[in-house]
Amino acid sequence: MVNQLNRPPSPAGNGQPDARLLSDKRYKLIDATMRRYGYQGHGLIEALHSAQEAFGYLDDFTLRHIARTLRLPPSKVFGVATFYNYFTLKPQGAHTCVVCLGTACYIKGAREVLNAIEAAHQVKAGGTTADNQLSLLTARCFGSCALAPVITFDGETIGKVSPDQVADLIAQRLVGASQVLEHAKP
Amino acid sequence: MNLEELNAIAHSERLAQAQKRHHLHVCVGTACQALNSEQIAKALQAALKQRGLQQDAAVKCVGCPGLCSLGPLVEVISKEDSAGPRSLLYQFVKTEDADEIVAHLGGEPVKRLETPLDQPFFTRQLKIVLENCGKVDPERIEDYIAVGGYQALMKVLTEMTPQQVIDEITRSGLRGRGGAGFPTGLKWGTVAKADPNRYPTNVPEGIQSRKFVICNGDEGDPGAFMDRSVMEGDPHRVLEGMAIAGYAVGANYGFIYVRAEYPLAVKRLRTAIRQAQRAGLLGSNIGGTPFSFNVEIRLGAGAFVCGEETALIASIEGGRGLPRPRPPFPAEFGLWGCPTLINNVETLANVPPIILKGADWFASIGTEKSKGTKVFALTGQVKHTGLIEVPMGITLREIVFDIGGGMPEGKSFKAVQTGGPSGGCIPAEFLDMPVDYESLAKVGSIMGSGGMIVMDDSTDMVEVARFFMEFCMDESCGKCIPCRAGTVQIHRLLTKIQQGRATERDLQTLEELCDLVKHTSLCGLGQSAPNPVISTLKYFREEYLAKIKREPSVSANGKRVEEHG
Repeated sequence: MVNQLNRPPSPAGNGQPDARLLSDKRYKLIDATMRRYGYQGHGLIEALHSAQEAFGYLDDFTLRHIARTLRLPPSKVFGVATFYNYFTLKPQGAHTCVVCLGTACYIKGAREVLNAIEAAHQVKAGGTTADNQLSLLTARCFGSCALAPVITFDGETIGKVSPDQVADLIAQRLVGASQVLEHAKP
Repeated sequence: MNLEELNAIAHSERLAQAQKRHHLHVCVGTACQALNSEQIAKALQAALKQRGLQQDAAVKCVGCPGLCSLGPLVEVISKEDSAGPRSLLYQFVKTEDADEIVAHLGGEPVKRLETPLDQPFFTRQLKIVLENCGKVDPERIEDYIAVGGYQALMKVLTEMTPQQVIDEITRSGLRGRGGAGFPTGLKWGTVAKADPNRYPTNVPEGIQSRKFVICNGDEGDPGAFMDRSVMEGDPHRVLEGMAIAGYAVGANYGFIYVRAEYPLAVKRLRTAIRQAQRAGLLGSNIGGTPFSFNVEIRLGAGAFVCGEETALIASIEGGRGLPRPRPPFPAEFGLWGCPTLINNVETLANVPPIILKGADWFASIGTEKSKGTKVFALTGQVKHTGLIEVPMGITLREIVFDIGGGMPEGKSFKAVQTGGPSGGCIPAEFLDMPVDYESLAKVGSIMGSGGMIVMDDSTDMVEVARFFMEFCMDESCGKCIPCRAGTVQIHRLLTKIQQGRATERDLQTLEELCDLVKHTSLCGLGQSAPNPVISTLKYFREEYLAKIKREPSVSANGKRVEEHG
């Protein structure tokens, strides 16, 4: 019963759902998550997780859509999305490199590793390169402290990196990834 | 599933395992998995097939055996006719080594890969929480049942009243493993007695419970990975502990709050919940009794403050993770206004063995006030980094030098940091101090959730303090002023000291500010945030003094030259 009540009204106000919601199938995934929690407010963080998983980041439209569906004020949704470090409101580059700055990594030189990447790829932590190829992020701890200092590249964990070789390591992977893409093109 | 069915599964699983002569255990914890251990498992499987040994040997993916610095690890357990089982541990295994390992099954070990199992790293440990990590396949419930899993839950449901369970836990002397060390039995008793109708409640539709159990798996301390390893390596143990807790306090619904940064733990817990529900060990009428208990996973989203219990509750409710003043404590007014039991992963993992082996057995381990064992994540500048479990009361020296193998070549010990950003640095003079809640508090640190970071003489202690303060500053939720503004100011002062622009007076301000933040902050984050600064100021003051200007700021006419940080 709750489901019908909570059909998101159109932002245009003409009673029709927005075209983007209908055309983009990824919204179905987010809606499924919200349905699992009975469209109740306590499913907000889970909804944001599935939105970020689907789109890679949370844009204004998606946040408003979630707010409408869960019947929450947009301010609350925006507040939650910005409170947690895991959520990002900016689109990410094609590849993501995360440098762990946890204590174990830090005392084994993670700061130097980060500096080396920043210098070599002309990108600041938290930003994306000008060509949109690489996003550089930092994390608190992956829990892989035995491999310190640790970075991840597109989810692949690389342990015991050194400041001297890390920039090359990433450059190789960037080149490797683009070659695979070239190869996959018909 | 009732007790007979449970025993039947355990029996048939043990029988199936007994038919194999060799068991190859491959660690698939996060650290080893990052080094491709799943490929190694596949390669071993293929090598067995090639040599036609599938009937004789089995490959099993297991949780973390602890010695992460030598990973990927493969343990080979072989049955010998005369002397019982023989275990071998192989270190730094690569996929290419698989064939050689299989070829040497039952014969001479592969010498170049072997690492002794009788080294102090293993012999000095006492495993209760981690007893199954590295032994059972975390993705198969039958494997857990075969080692006695869910027996404690059955015993509780069929032989004990909730009050007896609480008495047993109280008598065991178990204390919260999340850091504060609150007596677990007392907490359970409070939740059990709490009246769910005392405060207005607001439980969402579809959840049929008026009390809750929450397992706190939001392991935010950088440098700590105990809970992750337990959830990854032995997820059913956590679920069993939660169900027992639910029975004892009268809750029918439980939440596991896990960091989103631990995808493997989330995946394994999801699998475990599904298997337990299918086996009738979670859900309605567990074991044919009227008791029902369901468990749901909630993902954290990268906020350190959510390890604080009231903030964690706010996060499960779908809001920002802001703590609130206590009392009322969550035991009376928690999730959606209902009485709520919040325990750490490790605390709950201690419960099943206490029920099975008895409170007296547990109380016989450890010191007078701290019973049982504690899991530590030993990292930093030591030879053997990894996960260890030691009885309470062991000395720091034994942990660092015997189990950890001491410093790498040419370095000397300076300090060990426990408790993460909420803890302190313990200098060499306290190396012979026993590790328990009270002793650690006495020297200005805390037990914490169990991160233990060893620092050598090259570590700059002011920089360490600044690093932790930067962390607390970023992670402060901003609700109360002492923490929100105080951490920023402390960080500025520390930066100023690092840059050599500070004066004696700044040091004095720093101490006053630390005291203020410690005593006036709302929650544990702010109250403990100054600990790293206070402890380094106490034990390594000369390092601070060395970076301070020697009174150059007082000019000839006695006027102070203002400094701007």
